[in-house]
Amino acid sequence: MRKPWFCVLVVLTVFGLMLSGCGKSESPPPAAKKEAKPAEKPAVAEPAKKAAGGVREVVIGFTSSQTGKLNVEATRQINGVTLWMDQVNAAGGVKLPDGTVVKFTAKYYDDESKKERVQELYTKLINTDKAEFLISPYSSPLAEAAALIAQQNNRIMLTAGAASDSTYRMGFTLIYQTYTPSSRYLTPAVDVLAKLAPGAKKVAIVHEKDKFSTDVVKALDAYAKSKGFEVVLFEGYEPGATDFAPFINKIPAGVDAIMGGGHFADTSTFARQVFEKGVKAKMVALLVAPPEPKFAELGEAALGVIGPSQWEPAAKYTPEAAKVLNVEWFGPSINDFTESYKAKFKGEVPSYHSAGGYVAGLLIQYAIAKAGSVDTQAVKKVLDGCDLATFYGRLKFDNTPQNHGLQVGHEMILTQWQKDPQGKLVNQVVYPEAFRTAPTALYPRN
Amino acid sequence: MFGQLLASLTDGLLLGFVYGLAAMGLSLIWGVMTVINLAHGPVIAMGMFGSYFLFIQAGVNPYLALLPVASLGLVAGFLIYGTAVHWVIDAPHLSSLLATFAVNMIIIGLGTAAFTTSPHNIDYPLGALRAGDWFSVSYTRLIAAVAAVAITAGLYLFLYFTRPGKAIRAVANNRMAAELMGIPSAYILALSFGIGTMLAALAGGLIATFFPFTILSGGPYELKSFVICVLGGLGNPLGALVGGLLLGGLEGIIPTIMPVSWVPVVEFGLFVLVLLVRPTGLFGAK
Repeated sequence: MRKPWFCVLVVLTVFGLMLSGCGKSESPPPAAKKEAKPAEKPAVAEPAKKAAGGVREVVIGFTSSQTGKLNVEATRQINGVTLWMDQVNAAGGVKLPDGTVVKFTAKYYDDESKKERVQELYTKLINTDKAEFLISPYSSPLAEAAALIAQQNNRIMLTAGAASDSTYRMGFTLIYQTYTPSSRYLTPAVDVLAKLAPGAKKVAIVHEKDKFSTDVVKALDAYAKSKGFEVVLFEGYEPGATDFAPFINKIPAGVDAIMGGGHFADTSTFARQVFEKGVKAKMVALLVAPPEPKFAELGEAALGVIGPSQWEPAAKYTPEAAKVLNVEWFGPSINDFTESYKAKFKGEVPSYHSAGGYVAGLLIQYAIAKAGSVDTQAVKKVLDGCDLATFYGRLKFDNTPQNHGLQVGHEMILTQWQKDPQGKLVNQVVYPEAFRTAPTALYPRN
Repeated sequence: MFGQLLASLTDGLLLGFVYGLAAMGLSLIWGVMTVINLAHGPVIAMGMFGSYFLFIQAGVNPYLALLPVASLGLVAGFLIYGTAVHWVIDAPHLSSLLATFAVNMIIIGLGTAAFTTSPHNIDYPLGALRAGDWFSVSYTRLIAAVAAVAITAGLYLFLYFTRPGKAIRAVANNRMAAELMGIPSAYILALSFGIGTMLAALAGGLIATFFPFTILSGGPYELKSFVICVLGGLGNPLGALVGGLLLGGLEGIIPTIMPVSWVPVVEFGLFVLVLLVRPTGLFGAK
C-alpha cells in the first residue's frame, strides 16, 4: 500500500523541483523563440565573412533572475533585452559591408538570484550554446561572477544592472558598463538636500551590506562629509533582512535625511517600516526600489521617497541635444522606446532596469554595425572608442587599464513619489533640474 | 541608548509573539505525530497570499481575512495530511521528512509559477504608538502580537476543554491507548495536522500586515520555528510561544549593541547550548 504512494511522492518531488526552478528552464524568451530558426549555427567567433551574403545568427547569452530576490529588477531587464532583439530582428538585422545580415538569437537561463549558479551557466552559454556576445545578469555580484567567465573565454559582455565601480577595476578588458557607477548613485541627493533644506546637517545612512550598496554608501558618506553634512548613523544590514526596526530605532531624533537601502525587496520593506514608525526626516532617498513602478504598491509609505534612477521616460535625451553636444545619436527616441515597451508588455511602464537591458543590446548592435564584423577584437575597438547618445542618455567607456569599461558618460536622475491633483501616486523626475517634471518636495513627516 | 534598547526590545518581542505562533504549529504536529513538517514555510507563505488576495481582490480587512485564511489553512492541512503524511506516519522519520519536503517543493513551485517571486504588499498602515522622539511601535505589530496571544489562548482552551482537543492530547500521549479507548486516531491526527497548518497560515496572515512578502518568505520563519521549538521544547506549544519571544527579543536587542551579523551567531549558539544542556528544551518536551 505504501510503496506506490511513495513512488507518487518521489515523482511529485521531482515535479516540484522542476517547477521551483532547481533545474532551471532553458527556453529563450518568446521573442527569441520566433527567431531561433536555423539549425546550422556557425562556429563561435567565426568571422562573419564566411557567411557573406547570407544570414548570420549571433547568439546573445545571458542569465536572468527569474526567481529569487532580484526577480523584479531582473524581469524588467530581460524585458528590455527581449524588446531590443525583437525590434532589431524585425528591422532586418544588422547589415555588414560584405552583405551578410546579422540576426540575433537569445539564450538564457534562470540564475535564481544566486552567484554560484551564474558562473556555471555562463560557461554553458559560451561552450554549449555558443554565445558570441554576453549581457550580464542583474546586480553587481552576479555580473562580476559572469565577468570572470566572459573575460576568460574572450567574450565581450555588456553589463546592465551592475553599477558597482570595483568590478571595472579588476583588470577586465572586455566588460562594458551601461549604468552610471554606484559611486555616483546617491551623491546628487546630497546636493538636492542642501538646496531643499538649507539648514539640514544630519544624515543617517542605513544600507544593505552587499557589494553594490556598500560601494554606493561609501561614496555617499565621503561626499556628504565633504559638503559639510554630519553622518550621524552608518549602519549595514545583511542581505535578505526583513525586519528593519532595530536599525530604524537607531536613527537619532532630529535627523534631516535617511539614505541608503539596497535592492527592491529590502528597500521597499525598509521604506514601509520607516513610514509606519513615523520617523521624521526632511528627505528619504533610497536605492533601486523607488524608481520601480511596483514601489507604488506601498501606498502612503511610498509618498515623498526619492530614488536614484538611471533613466526615466520623462528624461529629455534627444537627437537635437546630441547634436548640440556633437555626439552621435543611435537607436530609438525615448517616446518610441516607451510606447513600444508598453505595447509589448501589457501597458507596463518601462523602468530604468528595462532601459538598461535594452541599451545593452543596442550597444552590441551599434558596435557590430560600426565594426562591420562580429569579431570580438573589432567590436571591442568600437566600444573602447565610442561616445554615443541614445534615448537612455550618453554612453562612453573609460578605456584606461585601471578602470576599463567603467561608464563615464551617463548621468543619474532622481525621482520622487508625489501625488498628482487627483491624489494618485506618480513618480516625478526631480533632478537634474534641467528636465525635472516637478520640484523636489520634503518627506511628508519632516 | 536606553530608549533605543527599549524600542528595539519591544519591536522584537512583538515580532516574537508571531514567531511563537508560527512555531506552535510545527510544535503541535511534532508533539502529536512526531512528524517534522517541512511544508511549514510554504504554508506560512500561503497564509500571506491568502490575506493579500482577500485584501486586494475582495477588499477584506486583513484582520478579518484571518478567519478565511485560518479555514483555508485547516483544509490545506487536511489535504497535506491525507495525501502525503498519513501513508508514512508509521514509517521511519526520514519518510515523513521527505514527504513533507515534497509538498514544500510542490507548493513553492506552483506558487512561483503563479505569483512569481516578486514582493507583494498589503497596504494597510495603521501608524505607530509614539512616546517622545525615542520610542515608537507600529500598531500592526501590536495587533499581531495581541492576535497571536488570543490564538494561543484559543488553542489552549480547545486542547483542554473540548472533546476533540482532549482526544488530540490523548493521541499525543499514547496513540495505541487512545485507540483502545475508541478515539479514531486517523481523524485526530488529520485534525492535529490541520490545526498545525492553520496556525502557520495565521502567522503568515499576520506577518503580511507588516512585511512585504514573496512565495519564498515562509522559509526564514520555518527555520526560526525549528530553533524556537528546540528552545521551548519540541511538542510544547506554550514553550514555542516563549521560545518565540526569546528569539524575537534577541533579534531586537542584538543589532542595537553589536553588528547585525552576530544575530545568527547568538541565536544558533543558544540553540546548540540548549541542545547540550537541556535537550528537552527550556520548558521540556511534551
